[in-house]
Amino acid sequence: MATFPAPAAPLLSAHRLAFSRNDEPVFGPLDFSLGSGETVLVEGDNGSGKTTLLRVLAGMLPPGEGEIRFSGRAASRDSRNGRILWLGHRPGMNESLSARENLGFLTGLYGTRTGVTPVSAMERVGIAGWIDEPLRTLSAGQKKRVGLARLLLLPGEVWLLDEPYANLDRHGIELVNALIAEHCVRGGAALVTSHGAVRFADPRARHIHLVA
Amino acid sequence: MASTAQSIPGGASVVTTAERAGSFAACRALLRRDFVLAWRRRGELFLPLLYAVIVAALFPFALGPDPELLARIAGGVLLVIVVLAMLPALESMFRADLDDGTLEQWLLAPQPLALLALTRVIAHWLTTVLPLIVVMPLLGALLNLPVKVLPVLIVALLLATPLLALLGSVLSALAAGARRSGILLALMLLPLAVPVVIFAAGAVAAAQSGMPFIAPLMWLAAALILAIVLAPLACAAALRIAVET
Repeated sequence: MATFPAPAAPLLSAHRLAFSRNDEPVFGPLDFSLGSGETVLVEGDNGSGKTTLLRVLAGMLPPGEGEIRFSGRAASRDSRNGRILWLGHRPGMNESLSARENLGFLTGLYGTRTGVTPVSAMERVGIAGWIDEPLRTLSAGQKKRVGLARLLLLPGEVWLLDEPYANLDRHGIELVNALIAEHCVRGGAALVTSHGAVRFADPRARHIHLVA
Repeated sequence: MASTAQSIPGGASVVTTAERAGSFAACRALLRRDFVLAWRRRGELFLPLLYAVIVAALFPFALGPDPELLARIAGGVLLVIVVLAMLPALESMFRADLDDGTLEQWLLAPQPLALLALTRVIAHWLTTVLPLIVVMPLLGALLNLPVKVLPVLIVALLLATPLLALLGSVLSALAAGARRSGILLALMLLPLAVPVVIFAAGAVAAAQSGMPFIAPLMWLAAALILAIVLAPLACAAALRIAVET
């Protein structure tokens, strides 16, 4: 008997997802899904819960109410880990180590996307010349670019990017948009937060508005 | 450019083609990273060593140069010196990684968090505690420790210090979110350190008076095996809480 492939479940979906801190609602309830090749932009003022939403989706905070599913399976450490790449406010890298050492350590944890090396990733984000300098000698924008190199280098379908445009110049913002577009063509998906100051490249991207 | 998007016939996802990292490779990467960091900050690592040598050198001056008295107290004094010299470094076992967001990357990595925590404890022990044990013959000589007792003291330390580091890792992870957690950590570790010190000192005292000293060492070894299994799990849970807050 022929088996029919099930319709592909979205990479990430949330159903009536809400979060409260000390009985104060932070956001939600939210319903959305993030399919392969899709980008969702989370907008909202400062303090409207954008970062909290991303941390809940990444599993760093337990959801207050509602449900998160990864590829149709209820979110758990097993269904989630290794498939999410997280770019937050904090660099996620040690300032005393060089970009090469930091990226080398992270590929040890996450694995490496086929065909990408730390050098090629650093070339793509335009700071290959800084690969052996300790991160503390880099500017805030350059550190952000090392974070972008991490996105290029590590496998993981779902990008959770918290304010990826912060500290970046005009070319850097274009670079972020180009990386997200390439990632979506590859079949990945991205959830991006922004406080609204940056114009987003992809006009088809869906928006989630959070209100403080 | 290697990183540009490729499309595959049939619309298959290229995102999933990747060399996945095994747990062994992850532990090796973490060990290498911690050793490089330790080497960059080798001046800091020297401080506990200096502290231990100074305290051991001051004791004879404070108590008077009575070889009999020194020989009698040397084992216990050295144990306490090592425990106290370990404390300041324990506090910072996860602090930097919590502050710069590295722990967030640990949490999302496809590796068991407990395994990473255990690897971190091993790296911590090798870089901050092992040097203290290496200089033990020198410290023993300063305090007139009988030569026949020295091997027993070193074995006791080789069992007791990893045990303390494992217990300390759980407390360090719990306290990582709090500012200035040094005092808190010391107060929490003290009751846990007491039985460890008692068994280690018991073995040294027994060896000194020519009695059998295997039993207390075996107790330490049993506790160490238990801690190797349980402490990383507790540490991982504490790290998740630390990242949450």
